[in-house]
Amino acid sequence: MTDPARDRPAKLRLDYELIESLIPDGAKVLDLGCGDGRLLDDLIRRKGCLGRGIDVDEKAVLECVKRGVPVYHGRMLEGMGFYPDGYFDVAILSQTLQQTAGPPAVIREMLRVAGRAIISFPNFGHWRVRLQLLLGGRMPRTNALPYDWFDTPNVHLCSIKDFREFCRRENLCKTHEIYLTPAYRRTGAWFANWRAGLAIFQIRRCDTQKDGVSEGI
Amino acid sequence: MSIDDAAAISEGSRLGGARSVGLVETQFLTFAEPPERMELECGSKLGPITLAYETYGRLTPERDNAVLILHALSGDAHAAGWHSADDKKPGWWDLYIGPGKAIDTTRYFVVCSNIIGGCKGSTGPSSIDPATGKPYGLSFPMVTVGDMVRAQRRLADRLGIERWLSMTGGSMGGFQVLEWAVRYPDRVASAIPVATSARLGAQAIAFDEVGRQAILTDPNWGGGDYYGGPAPTAGFALARMIAHITYLSDEQMHAKFGRRLQDRDRLAYDFRTEFQVESYLKYQGDAFVRRFDANSYLYLSKATDYFDLSERYGSLVQAFEKVEAEFLVVSISSDWLFPTAESKCIVQAAKANGVPTTFVELQSPYGHDAFFLPNEQLSAAIAGFLENVERRVRKAAAGGGRSP
Repeated sequence: MTDPARDRPAKLRLDYELIESLIPDGAKVLDLGCGDGRLLDDLIRRKGCLGRGIDVDEKAVLECVKRGVPVYHGRMLEGMGFYPDGYFDVAILSQTLQQTAGPPAVIREMLRVAGRAIISFPNFGHWRVRLQLLLGGRMPRTNALPYDWFDTPNVHLCSIKDFREFCRRENLCKTHEIYLTPAYRRTGAWFANWRAGLAIFQIRRCDTQKDGVSEGI
Repeated sequence: MSIDDAAAISEGSRLGGARSVGLVETQFLTFAEPPERMELECGSKLGPITLAYETYGRLTPERDNAVLILHALSGDAHAAGWHSADDKKPGWWDLYIGPGKAIDTTRYFVVCSNIIGGCKGSTGPSSIDPATGKPYGLSFPMVTVGDMVRAQRRLADRLGIERWLSMTGGSMGGFQVLEWAVRYPDRVASAIPVATSARLGAQAIAFDEVGRQAILTDPNWGGGDYYGGPAPTAGFALARMIAHITYLSDEQMHAKFGRRLQDRDRLAYDFRTEFQVESYLKYQGDAFVRRFDANSYLYLSKATDYFDLSERYGSLVQAFEKVEAEFLVVSISSDWLFPTAESKCIVQAAKANGVPTTFVELQSPYGHDAFFLPNEQLSAAIAGFLENVERRVRKAAAGGGRSP
């Protein structure tokens, strides 16, 4: 999976920092589409986590090997299939959800192998995206969505509203929601579907006893 | 291809070059002298046993930098460097072993061990049976991959290597890597099985059997008692031709030979060699019989057929229960003899036991034998993995704990 944001200089990767902040020391972490393994490497070194990655890209996998991050070279669903239920504390899917062939299957499998899932994705509901299509009449291109319609790897784009609705349908509860502007600055939940360029959700399966009927997120 | 026509030798790898281990010598360890003969898995006893090996680089005083190289069926202990200034080629994995190479001999103490049952300096069917003064022939007991590794453990003991920093090997060399990691978990800190499997599949056994039949039906084979007379070269060369096809990919064969004709520009309409690919295979067969023993080939191919870790331990997952090594599993995308799916079974068993495992599928069109050829990705993967293992092992040693 290609992730344009992965190539940014470290200081701009506020989303990485925020994802890291959600992960407790010593946690068992799976990173899907882990790229060059930078996030996992950080978690292993700084937080003493047990980190495992999955990526389809040979170059990315070799970078992980160089960093000493154990990685599986292959597809996400296949790679997750090797792990028993609840093996991880957290599974991360950073800006790759929209590139997966089947988001529901991926998220279900994430929440099989891990207790919690952290999922970040570009918000297709951002006002700039809406405006480009409304006024320009063309497929939107933004920082987070830098591709032409004909060469985009993004096959399942969604807005924050879409994702919330999806969580309700799948009976998933959110434990954290974080929003960033397209310039990777933190922003509030107020009108997030208009204002946020990137959303980070931490979700888990709703506990029907504790949560009652899911109120969703 | 592979051992027989390795890629052109780079300047640095020539004798005296900065990236060559230089002149090396094969060494020999003899043990299991009667009456202390070694009991084999088949129940027979063998002794004395000689094992050929080579070493490159220096063992640290802490003895924590030893890397074991395990070769495929037709390989030998001569993995790197040169035996003499007249050699046409260096050792079989010189591309990956040497100063500054993937397995850097300025950092690691590299050992390449031969196998029992072979014919490259270790005890095998062509060795003299001290009881009779004649070559063993078929009186040589059947050996297994487990027996090979048990013999190599004696070598490790003799070299004073309590725990290998790493070990690697492709194909049957990969069998030995897996066998080591499973049989002697406390002696293997990391393992790199390449283009291999935890058990030989039915198709591979089938190809082996066709090859063995070619040898067994050669009139010169004579029940394996051909030493001193004409060897079963026709059948043996045929066996190698068949095996060689399985080491290549369809795509690679087509690219290399296509339908081109050899020494002629039109079809002859007879049974002489016409196509280039025929000529190539004949050359490979003929070259091989000059450097290998037919009986050894029979024994070793049988040993690969017997290899099945899951059978011995109940399942592959159970086989990996005690494994302490971390793994780098490497497969080759175009390998149809040991397809990627076989490597994934290893990954699954390792992961099911919480073994830190990295899996890489090398994108290469060259088929099973790709690991003998120059491959930057393979070099990078091995070098990166070894470096991290070394760091972790040293850190664990400093902290009094054990890595990983």
